[in-house]
Amino acid sequence: MPMEASEIESMIRDAMPDAQVAIEDLRGDGDHYAAHVLSPAFKGKSRVQQHQMVYQALQGKMGGELHALALQTGVPDDA
Amino acid sequence: MSDNPVFDQIQQEIDSNSVVLFMKGSPMFPQCGFSAACVQILTQMEVKFKGIDVLSDPGVRDGIKDFTQWPTIPQLYVKGEFVGGCDIIREMYENGELKQVMDDKGAEYAS
Repeated sequence: MPMEASEIESMIRDAMPDAQVAIEDLRGDGDHYAAHVLSPAFKGKSRVQQHQMVYQALQGKMGGELHALALQTGVPDDA
Repeated sequence: MSDNPVFDQIQQEIDSNSVVLFMKGSPMFPQCGFSAACVQILTQMEVKFKGIDVLSDPGVRDGIKDFTQWPTIPQLYVKGEFVGGCDIIREMYENGELKQVMDDKGAEYAS
């Protein structure tokens, strides 16, 4: 079952309320997404840890119903 | 020794090979675009690596996700340390960080 972009976005926002989230449906098939997530919570975290935080927000959907989510994470400039 | 025999198997692989890519398919015949992209990057860098096909071993396929606490494959290990999945590898390759990691950790290059 593919996921809606809005569902991905709200799951990330629920877990990380101060995050800026942008989701892109790469192929328009509801199955291959890219997510850009900026959050002050990423400060001081390695890239692996940042991605793990997003995966945690997705509660196991990544690698399951969410087949492909290209992730880009970072700390906002003003944080 | 851990409770999970697959964890021991994985640990042994990453202990005995300096660069290990857990992937779908083999380096010669990757069976997933993300795995293929990682193979291509490592090949371009001329790093010696061992590709482990998780499709041929369901225990490792599930086990590696718990082992790393990472939900997707491919996964790259250098000198026993998890470096990242496909997105991170690609980003690090593009900004030169991956080469730095390989050099710092003393990965071998094909001569």
